[in-house]
Amino acid sequence: MFVVFLVVRHFVVPKTFGQYGHYRAAAIGEIAAHPAKYAGHETCEACHSDVVEKKMAGKHAHVNCEACHGAIYTTLPAEKPKMNPYERFVAMFIPPLPPDPPLLRHAEDPMSVKPVLPDTAVLCAKCHTASAAKPKNFPQVVPADHSGGAPCDACHQPHNPAIDAGGAK
Amino acid sequence: MNLNRRHFLVLLPAAAIAWEAVLAGTPEEASNYNMSDHWWGMLIDVPKCIGCGNCVRACATENDVPDGFFRTWVERYHVSDEDMTNPTVISPDGGKEGFPVATEDLEKYFFVPKMCNHCADSPCTQVCPVGATFVSPDGVVLIDQKYCLGCAYCVQACPYGCRYINPQKETAEKCTLCYHRITKGLTTACVENCPTGARQLADLKDPKDPIHEFLRTHSVQVLKPQMATGAKAYYYGLDGSVR
Repeated sequence: MFVVFLVVRHFVVPKTFGQYGHYRAAAIGEIAAHPAKYAGHETCEACHSDVVEKKMAGKHAHVNCEACHGAIYTTLPAEKPKMNPYERFVAMFIPPLPPDPPLLRHAEDPMSVKPVLPDTAVLCAKCHTASAAKPKNFPQVVPADHSGGAPCDACHQPHNPAIDAGGAK
Repeated sequence: MNLNRRHFLVLLPAAAIAWEAVLAGTPEEASNYNMSDHWWGMLIDVPKCIGCGNCVRACATENDVPDGFFRTWVERYHVSDEDMTNPTVISPDGGKEGFPVATEDLEKYFFVPKMCNHCADSPCTQVCPVGATFVSPDGVVLIDQKYCLGCAYCVQACPYGCRYINPQKETAEKCTLCYHRITKGLTTACVENCPTGARQLADLKDPKDPIHEFLRTHSVQVLKPQMATGAKAYYYGLDGSVR
């Protein structure tokens, strides 16, 4: 009976359970293996050094690229996960979680994965619309009064927004 | 050696345990990342938050957070002069698309970003009946999606309301401190996308980390300190009315 218990336990308890604590240690590696969608500003700066120079001279120096441009990627079809016989048996009763689909980011294939130019009338207003709740030292405007409906980039260059820094693009 | 029945019963489980340890090996880890070198936390600089919702949108994109659920969110506090301990708090759609304009200039308003506090003594991990949620050796509270039953006991136990049951997967989910990013040398999606630097990732085991230095040299506090959760989301400039 005891031997049967050990045999069953061997197959049922995951291999890394208890290695660091009362959990499956392999889960740490699985979580760490998810693909990152935002590439990080260092990746953008490796190619777009001209934009970095402009940005560094102005008040948007510390606004990272993807804060305005977003994560630029497409999703590729996921591969079918490999399962051992026990996992296949369990999957008959409990469907497994879908695997992470691989990503193709702009940084990896700049020609096929292209960014969309943000609409400044919408994007800039998300931060700069005046509100009593915002810090008093943060630049704020009432968009309708400030520009009369004109898009922000008619006057401001988004990478260095000061008017005397070059004005319109 | 004369192996009798008693010896056999003692040796067999010992051999089984030893064999399991051999089979276990080491868990899969990202290359060049050593868990024992880090102890992660977060600095939230409240006076810098402008309530733009960039962090909420970035988190949802990076982590496929379903609509209506949040791993991080932003609250707007309105503290009236008459009752300074009972603020009015709003967070429309988690602050994802920003907030309505506040026009009363003489009133006290401010934004407070909220997220998992990655508690060192987290109540959520203690209640899990199957060991599906845990504090990793580098101080991040994680969920094993393959092991979670979806019983939602942890959702009830979190004093900060940071967990939810994913309606598609039917398992618990929460902020992973973008574990898949920080183990690759990147920062979290919310920190990367905050335009004012109101959020900063801190490595509490790295004495040269500037945010660690900031935490050492400034007055910071955690949410609900009376619960002794060992919270590691440190708030700078937090108003006393914040719960």
